[in-house]
Amino acid sequence: MKNVLNRAVGHRLFWPLVMLAALLLINVIAVPGFLSITVNSEGHLFGSIIDILRNGAPTLIIAVGMTLVIATRGIDLSVGSVCAIAGAVASSMILASPTPNNVGTVTGALLTALVLSLGLGLANGLLVAGLGIQPIISTLILMTAGRGIAMLITEGQIITVNSVPFAFLGSGFILGVPVATVAGVLIFALAALLTRRTAMGLLIEAVGINPEASRQAGVRARGLKFSVYALCALLAGIAGLILTSNQTAADANNTGLFIELDAILAVVIGGTSLAGGRYSLAGTLVGALIIQTLVTTVYTVGIPPIATMVFKAAVVTAVCLLQSPTTAAALERWRSRLATRHLQGVAAKAGAAR
Amino acid sequence: MEESPATAPLENPAPVVEMTDISISFPGVKALDAVSFRMFPGEVHSLLGENGAGKSTLIKALTGVYSIDSGVIRLDGRKVTFSGPAQAQAAGISTVYQEVNLLGNLTVAENVMLGREPRRFGGINWRAMRKRSAEILSGLHLNIDPGSLLNSHSLAIQQLVAIARAIDVQAKALILDEPTSSLDTEEVAELFRVIRTLKDSGVAILFVSHFLEQVYEISDRLTVLRNGQLVGEYLTEELLRIDLVQAMIGKELSVLDDLEAQVHSTEKDRAVGAKSRTFVEARRLTRKGAIAPMDLSIDEGEVVGLAGLLGSGRTELARLLGGVDRADSGQVSVHGEPVKLRTPRQAIKHRIAYSSENRRSEGVVDELSVRDNIILALQADRGWLRPIPRKRQDELAASYIEALNIKTPNADALVRNLSGGNQQKVLLARWLAIAPRLLILDEPTRGIDIGAKAEIQKLVYGLAENGMSVLFISAELEEVLRLSNRIVVLRDRKKVADLPNDGLSVDALLTLIAEGAPAPSHTIGAES
Repeated sequence: MKNVLNRAVGHRLFWPLVMLAALLLINVIAVPGFLSITVNSEGHLFGSIIDILRNGAPTLIIAVGMTLVIATRGIDLSVGSVCAIAGAVASSMILASPTPNNVGTVTGALLTALVLSLGLGLANGLLVAGLGIQPIISTLILMTAGRGIAMLITEGQIITVNSVPFAFLGSGFILGVPVATVAGVLIFALAALLTRRTAMGLLIEAVGINPEASRQAGVRARGLKFSVYALCALLAGIAGLILTSNQTAADANNTGLFIELDAILAVVIGGTSLAGGRYSLAGTLVGALIIQTLVTTVYTVGIPPIATMVFKAAVVTAVCLLQSPTTAAALERWRSRLATRHLQGVAAKAGAAR
Repeated sequence: MEESPATAPLENPAPVVEMTDISISFPGVKALDAVSFRMFPGEVHSLLGENGAGKSTLIKALTGVYSIDSGVIRLDGRKVTFSGPAQAQAAGISTVYQEVNLLGNLTVAENVMLGREPRRFGGINWRAMRKRSAEILSGLHLNIDPGSLLNSHSLAIQQLVAIARAIDVQAKALILDEPTSSLDTEEVAELFRVIRTLKDSGVAILFVSHFLEQVYEISDRLTVLRNGQLVGEYLTEELLRIDLVQAMIGKELSVLDDLEAQVHSTEKDRAVGAKSRTFVEARRLTRKGAIAPMDLSIDEGEVVGLAGLLGSGRTELARLLGGVDRADSGQVSVHGEPVKLRTPRQAIKHRIAYSSENRRSEGVVDELSVRDNIILALQADRGWLRPIPRKRQDELAASYIEALNIKTPNADALVRNLSGGNQQKVLLARWLAIAPRLLILDEPTRGIDIGAKAEIQKLVYGLAENGMSVLFISAELEEVLRLSNRIVVLRDRKKVADLPNDGLSVDALLTLIAEGAPAPSHTIGAES
């Protein structure tokens, strides 16, 4: 029994899960009905938990791509800008079309946006893998330039879209579950299958841990890096479309703003090291949920909006502290001291009884 | 003799370090079982044993990296407990590790003084730092510029810089863990000169090396460990080498001699038997700064030994054949067909495998499991879309763990946690899994114990018997002579000899390496 507990505490998802549970607990105390899920007359699920799952989906989708990028010792700062570009492209196409409510129009717009996102990812890949420029610099270029590109596409306007099929993406339901949530779950599952059912995950980890050894073993690191940056941008495009649809407007300046930081945080909270190598998609899922739950907590507990960022920082710091090897060692020492004291206590009692 | 008792310690001075009945357990393993060990001032004490015997554990117990379960450590007669290497170093016990633990992007002076920089006005006193480090280096007769970047020097110099760093802290005891594993003969002599200087100044030195010649040359006292237990402490002059080897491995080791006889008998068979086909042939292979235009051919089933000093071009040639570096010019053919070897991947496609001399940095992927490491090259060759089924992975891992006698708890263990010899075997298994036609082994036995070494040598021999070509590089000439059918000697990036290995002696080979003597009568393209 104790063994099971020790193993659980040692698991790398233990503290993130504890943190998630703690956050949920705070919410339940603040709002007793927090965990309840209701079904409305149209058969749609409603409730705070559902909100978390829907609003957290874009971050999760991007964080999945980010996990793979980080595992190869890279980073992608441009995801937020890609979100904005994808949203801008789709919105302006729908707006320009005479039939904004036609499913075909919307599908065409979405596909165009995604193909463009993929192209941007390949550009990142070209800089990182093809030209050997440091990932942080390579993607910083698109991060800065991307918002400008989105601005050009929207001609500096915030484009409001009134299109029923497009709105479905951000606020629709499939079998009662929000479309965004379904998309998040599907993408998460597909990514897990793609990397763990093929050898992609192994090769990504090998490249991340030791690039030179991997090269000498014949691993095509360049191709792998191209793939992960392309995938990451494609997922950012999907997330950008969901965000834009949810806001019913494409805002070149604000769509997906700072989402790269949330995604990186989700990855790190989930236990994947920024130094690359071993990664955990399950960890990223928990990380993304923590971040979204935090945002919700800010509202339910009634923390003033100006203090939101500070609160977020505090929670993230707590999780990172709990995961650090130094803290783990200190906790270990503390536990063994407690155990010794307990044993001594037992021995003393036994002695007294005799 | 009428002597006062006070002079007795002079005859046999009190040990600087005395470790008594040290035990350490790791989950599932008793790493050290009541081991005692002493270090005397002005004496070199070698610690010997196979991989996993407990040498590293003992050193780490002494330097406070591991905390001991039971036993006592005394420094100058006082009981001490260190909670880490920094504390041990402050108390006068310095360590130079096997893998150079320095910062290549800093200068030599910065490395020597790292963490103890002389200070002035709250900043670093750069001038004092350069001066002090120059003094230390000249004390070791090392003629290098303290302001130069560490990376610009050879591994050997880096090793000496590490020693300079260790002795600057006024060490009473200096631990040298495999300091010679990447040094060539001259550099070892240089290192030994430094060790003797230190010894004369009264430092107690713990020396760990797998080269028995060096152990006998430098040490006064030997302690042998086996499976975490103390076998005994001996004076070097009183222990015969054969007895030492027996103490280390606990069994008669005639394997190597048998092997030698076998190689030579097959060599004779080859001489009378049919000529084998040439597998790979290089014509005027060149890379600027690495090797001058060079020809080399290797037959199927042939073991070619590459001999030469560090920097002679032996590793450089091997890297070109393995596709790790690109040749500037020249042509390589496989079975007579010209091939391109511009990446390791292309070489692997032609079933040429290069096993790097830098096992940690270019070989194993240490945070992956034994299984993942073994299948890595095979999987990379198949491409990510065709994963090797898990069942097949397990079979492969299990069969190589057994065949190469890899000591690991299971196939899921991280390679990082294995000893050097076992990491080497994992790397070998990776290459064997792709069924290479030519296996290039660059220093496969460096820094590993004699038992594992014998196993690897036996393996090489067996592979060649089955038709695999092997290009074998080793700093140990005995090993090269023992295994090779043919020996190619390189010197200053040029081939100076290419001769069949019949009756060649170590001395003759040394002469070739040192002087080159390009005797044209010897330069037989063996299968001309």
